Amino acid sequence: MAVMTLIESVRSTLAGEMRRDDSIVVLGEDVGKKGGVFLATDGLYDEFGGDRVLDTPLSESMIVGVSVGAAVNGLRPVPEIQFADFIFPAFNQILSEAARMRYRSNGAFTCPMTLRAPYGGGVHGALYHSQSVEAFFAHIPGLKVLIPSNPYDARGLLRSAIRDDDPVLFFEHKKMYRSVRGEVPDDDYTIPLGTAKVTREGSDVSVIAYGLMAHYALEAAELLQSEGVSAEVVDVRTLRPLDGATILESVRKTGKVVIVYEDNRFGGFGAEVSAILAEEAFDHLDGPIVRVTGPDVPGVPYNHVLEDWYMPNPERIVDAVRRLAAY
Amino acid sequence: MATKAPSKRRSGGDLGADLGLSRDDLLNMYRLMVEARLVDERMWVLNRAGKIPFVISGQGHEGAQAGLTYPLDRGRDWMIPYYRSVASLLTFGMSAREIMLAQFARGVDPSSGGRQMPGHYGVAERRILSVSSPVATQLLHATGIAWAAKLRKTGQVAMTYIGEGSSNQGDFHEGLNFAGVHRLPVVYVVENNGYAISVPMSLQSAVPDIATRGAGYNMPGVVVDGVDVLGCYRAGKEAVERARKGKGPTLIEAKVTRLTAHSSDDQQQKYRSAEELAAEKGRDPVPLFRDQLRDAGVLDDEADEAITSAARKMVEDATDWAEAQADPDPATAQRYVYGDAPPARMDDPLWAGARFMGDGGPWGVLADEGEG
Repeated sequence: MAVMTLIESVRSTLAGEMRRDDSIVVLGEDVGKKGGVFLATDGLYDEFGGDRVLDTPLSESMIVGVSVGAAVNGLRPVPEIQFADFIFPAFNQILSEAARMRYRSNGAFTCPMTLRAPYGGGVHGALYHSQSVEAFFAHIPGLKVLIPSNPYDARGLLRSAIRDDDPVLFFEHKKMYRSVRGEVPDDDYTIPLGTAKVTREGSDVSVIAYGLMAHYALEAAELLQSEGVSAEVVDVRTLRPLDGATILESVRKTGKVVIVYEDNRFGGFGAEVSAILAEEAFDHLDGPIVRVTGPDVPGVPYNHVLEDWYMPNPERIVDAVRRLAAY
Repeated sequence: MATKAPSKRRSGGDLGADLGLSRDDLLNMYRLMVEARLVDERMWVLNRAGKIPFVISGQGHEGAQAGLTYPLDRGRDWMIPYYRSVASLLTFGMSAREIMLAQFARGVDPSSGGRQMPGHYGVAERRILSVSSPVATQLLHATGIAWAAKLRKTGQVAMTYIGEGSSNQGDFHEGLNFAGVHRLPVVYVVENNGYAISVPMSLQSAVPDIATRGAGYNMPGVVVDGVDVLGCYRAGKEAVERARKGKGPTLIEAKVTRLTAHSSDDQQQKYRSAEELAAEKGRDPVPLFRDQLRDAGVLDDEADEAITSAARKMVEDATDWAEAQADPDPATAQRYVYGDAPPARMDDPLWAGARFMGDGGPWGVLADEGEG
């Protein structure tokens, strides 16, 4: 079994899927000869050629809109938006077109497309290279939204996404690209979309997170164990459609929950998780629902002191869980 | 890039011969225009009668639509229409019944099963892509369809249609630029009726001809007069052949008139003068093409009457039949959010039922379990 980084998992999975299915095409800014600004598509151009690994103009709406058309006419596009921060010129194509194609045509048209975008802070990217954008998209019926937290999940989820007949947004945390390594089997496994995973079992407090925060939650749980606090970690993995059952089951067991997300606190994805728990696990709660999140400022500021101030980290999660456990 | 004058009237029977059009082709194009007009007029009658809440249609655009669309290969090519495309749709094979189903939003409506407003057409098996309401978005879809056709070597051509108002959207630029770079088999038709709802061309564009913009994408920009049906056919044919041969995209601008208000919710007398509206009636492509065919000896009273009465029967049948179809079942309204998953949560206990999670969330569940 190979040990690889998150980005190597993404890259090798894309290559494997493209070998398996000729209809898969990759398009985006700098994805060709350069192999992407993070090298997520490195080597694909040499192996599959410029038709299937296409450098596009700087036109995000076009990247998505052309993918919608190509998907309708027999291709399986995997467009890349260079940074999630730059996805907004394509928002209309994602919301009004890709997400609604199946519903508005009463099932007659489908839009199989997997849109990849690096997201997240902690990489000195400031306001426009650090954003967490998942809440905008997880709100939209018709989109599937995935965020892997490790190389194994990245491969299994990306495979499922590419093979899925609906538009999928696949967000990859930049800080994890090379900092997170893990075992990735060689076999053709997939991870079903819509399945969360309990990545660490515990009994005192449930920590619900995804992406880099799911990683930090595990680090926090390890630190808490030495204090005698048993934290259970649920990695959401698929934000939409959400595996509510796994989250509810964990919280009904522990009776306490900390929801962690890097995005702005107000109206973030964790707010929906909180609402679900308040509505459906109320009788099981032994304390308030607690969120550890990014603060409500319009972006992650640049200076490292400011960036550290913004970013949730394992220590903050430890602090929240510790206090909730004692509640 | 001057507007071509309507094709010269001929006394012989050779009208259209230089274009490879037979007498039957000419009569067929005329028939499609008449059918489109009568279908269109019926929509407005139904609206005024309170039977359908909304109309958006294409009276005045029929000549351009029939002429430009006629060269497409129905069995192979793609049409990416917009809400005024009534004659284009008929020309590409959509039936009057199918068009009327969209007006009545019935359950068997192939466009959307009654989910979209009238005018938002789409028929998958005819390769007519589903229309949305944001404008110019479909131009990128046509570009992507053409890109896929090129990569897959299907030989298909994509033709898409927008109004001149839509040509000011960013997607217009992004799509034409990409198609120009890759010489894609796509034809962009701008049906310029002079108004984006109420905003006149003078406030929409710094150049009088949208087709001028083709130069910026290294593609021909062709202006045609929308009442010159055969001129439109020629432009469409040349563009389709060019695309088919791998020579790239074409931008065609058809100067048309909008004989109705923008939609059934618009009063165009508020921003267009009575003189202008009266003058525009002289640019109605249906009687002008009729006269052209009569002068050329292609159409006589008997043939005209036969075409018109058949079209009337078709509209009657389509209207009555569509109106008689059932409304969609609300129990199906959650279908097709995804292919294989509930709309928001995998554990949605009311998924695929007539109720949904919005019905009181857990209280609905608790009530069902007798715990509420």
